[in-house]
Amino acid sequence: MPHDYVMSLNVESAPVLTQAAPTPLRLIDDAGRAVDPSEAGGFALPAPDILLGLYRRMVVARRFDVQVTALTRQGRLATYPSALGQEACEIAAVASLRTDDWLFPTYRDSIALLTRGVPPEDILASFRGEWHSGYDYYQHKIAPQATPLATQALHAVGLATASKLKGDHTVALTLLGDGATSEGDAHEAFNFAAVWQAPVVFLVQNNQFAISVPLDKQMACRTIADKAIGYGMPGYFVDGNDVAAMYAVVSAAVDTARNGGGPSLIEGLTYRMEAHTNSDDPTRYRDSSDVEVWRGRDPIERLEKYLVSVGVLTDGERAGITREAEELAAATRECMTKTAVIDPLELFEHVYATPRTALAEQRDFLANEIAEHEAAAAKTTGETA
Amino acid sequence: MTSHSSTTHESSTTAPATRPAAPMTMAAALNAAIRDAMVDDSSVVLFGEDVGPLGGVFRVTDGLYAEFGETRVSDSPLAESGIIGTAIGMAIYGLRPVVEMQFDAFSYPAFEQIVSHVAKMRNRTRGKIQLPIVIRIPYAGDIGGVEHHSDSSEAYWASTPGLTVVTPSNPADAYSMLREAIASDDPVIFMEPKSRYWSKAELALPVRTAPMSTAVVVREGTDVTLIAYGPTVKTALATAELATEEGLSIEVIDLRSLSPFDDATVSASVRKTSRAAVIHEAAQFGGYGAEVAARLTERNFYYLSAPILRITGFDIPYPSPKLEEYFLPTPDRILAALGTWEWS
Ligand SMILES: Cc1ncc(C[n+]2csc(CCOP(=O)(O)OP(=O)(O)O)c2C)c(N)n1
Ligand SMILES: [Mg+2]
Repeated sequence: MPHDYVMSLNVESAPVLTQAAPTPLRLIDDAGRAVDPSEAGGFALPAPDILLGLYRRMVVARRFDVQVTALTRQGRLATYPSALGQEACEIAAVASLRTDDWLFPTYRDSIALLTRGVPPEDILASFRGEWHSGYDYYQHKIAPQATPLATQALHAVGLATASKLKGDHTVALTLLGDGATSEGDAHEAFNFAAVWQAPVVFLVQNNQFAISVPLDKQMACRTIADKAIGYGMPGYFVDGNDVAAMYAVVSAAVDTARNGGGPSLIEGLTYRMEAHTNSDDPTRYRDSSDVEVWRGRDPIERLEKYLVSVGVLTDGERAGITREAEELAAATRECMTKTAVIDPLELFEHVYATPRTALAEQRDFLANEIAEHEAAAAKTTGETA
Repeated sequence: MTSHSSTTHESSTTAPATRPAAPMTMAAALNAAIRDAMVDDSSVVLFGEDVGPLGGVFRVTDGLYAEFGETRVSDSPLAESGIIGTAIGMAIYGLRPVVEMQFDAFSYPAFEQIVSHVAKMRNRTRGKIQLPIVIRIPYAGDIGGVEHHSDSSEAYWASTPGLTVVTPSNPADAYSMLREAIASDDPVIFMEPKSRYWSKAELALPVRTAPMSTAVVVREGTDVTLIAYGPTVKTALATAELATEEGLSIEVIDLRSLSPFDDATVSASVRKTSRAAVIHEAAQFGGYGAEVAARLTERNFYYLSAPILRITGFDIPYPSPKLEEYFLPTPDRILAALGTWEWS
């Protein structure tokens, strides 16, 4: 692996810190052309049917993301961190996993949940403010979306280690942001994984911002992928807007993990097209011209050009994908009309497995208070009627 | 951690039958509890700093690495957040990790994992994910420890919903409560009073004492209730003994469980004696004693003859070995404090 973007423990290919940042590995370039195999870092371009499947999932995921952002702007969701522009990373991550593998996502990664089969209403439960998290973790093998940065990376390492201890072949993949790699937990996770040779893949979506803070204020090294070498695991610097490259590299890393080869760190270089969340104002810290540059590198358009050029994306295919995306958007809007009513007394249900007298007393207190308010309200209504 | 799918060491172990009574230290009782739990349940795994071949800096895990092997007992890299964070992932996958924070003050790097995930996971997932993790924390002072080796950090954990916080004061409870903690589906902060590690008792294992969540009246009395836990139970008992010379009958309660708090047992005692003081090593301000005094007052105000006192460490960082005797509550200091009440 002599390529600059593929770091390994091989001393000859070890990065020199004074080097300029390498160009990321890509299999399809901005113009939608397959790169010359000599520049593909030993990775093969995925077969057309796989690429078409990735395309379909990216289009559907984007439609969902745009829909949910719109709902948030209408004030119908408390918040939604968009992954617009990051579909290649998100979809490649999910597509590389088997159903019994585990995904450890962040708040940013709702479209990864969607792609892995979580129903929209379950994804939106937390953003609607119903409960902190709302899907079936064991059915989908997806941990709750983590907000405390990088903490979930350690959970992934632990689960992967447990899988290894039990002699299973389950792999864990965790998604991280670029900013999160500054957290101590990211470093602890990388190190534990390498020492324990845990079957885990760290996929860092370098969208170049942590809320407002650009990457050069997070770290002083060339790439996030370079850090892998310090822990004793391979690191890959990949064009995060090229789903072909992302899929090829993540799949290879997942296979390596499954076959006992230990962890990998993959950096997907991408860009956060939307604000951090709806309550953020990106005009305070970045130029809209930068955003336009990255709009020109759109991951979906890039793959679309390629698929059209090789004759795989027909008008019929396109129509089918559009229909699927629109149906999902409609279903997402529809689920917003159903208001989930959560019994406030459930607040006391899940704090402990072992019942507590004090909590039972507090639950009864709240139940009484609610009953009294309702009785008072009924009386007022009766009097005015 | 190395996996040995076929070479587990379980075959060399035997199921724990009742063993003849023998004198045993608290450290040995804790060790036996972990061992017996590991024999009974193959999903119990143990890891942390120096817990492997060394057997832990207090030797609580002595011999377990040799008996169960690297698959189930291992030295982790030196990172407390990493220890708790990986334990969470293991628990999601169905293991029951028992992890050690080497010393009280060195659990602080793990604060985020404990407070934001261990404590909240069941609640945020609406009961779908449970984390049966035991976090053992040797705590408190009176061992001549250098800085950062004598903290009493119980209030941080006890004020966090979702955590169960217990602390044994004697070898029998150490065994029984640790078995119960490991078997619990709730995460448990298991606080081990370092100064009591070498205290001895005659134990016939597998000994079972009162349920982990309950307080126990360890000495009956009629005039005052002293509420203690962990290292201060011994202090309270010594105080009660000394007080007999003054004709004062002191009842001593060993709380054992800090969260939940056994209101029934403690309130019953306070209603009986009408006077109470809580004793702990931790600083007073915002400490665990404040909660004890407040809730006992709320529930028993009209039964009280005097304000509930807190006899605790001062509101200063834990001192150096040569000064710790001035910091720790002593029987004399406790009796002097009781003497400030108006006795009619
Ligand atoms: C431990 C912690 N500190 C701070 C925050 C507040 N916060 C939420 S997202 C964020 C930026 C994270 O940036 P990055 O890791 O690059 O992920 P991105 O949001 O770009 O996907 C911050 C500072 C947090 N969630 N957790
Ligand atoms: Mg970012």
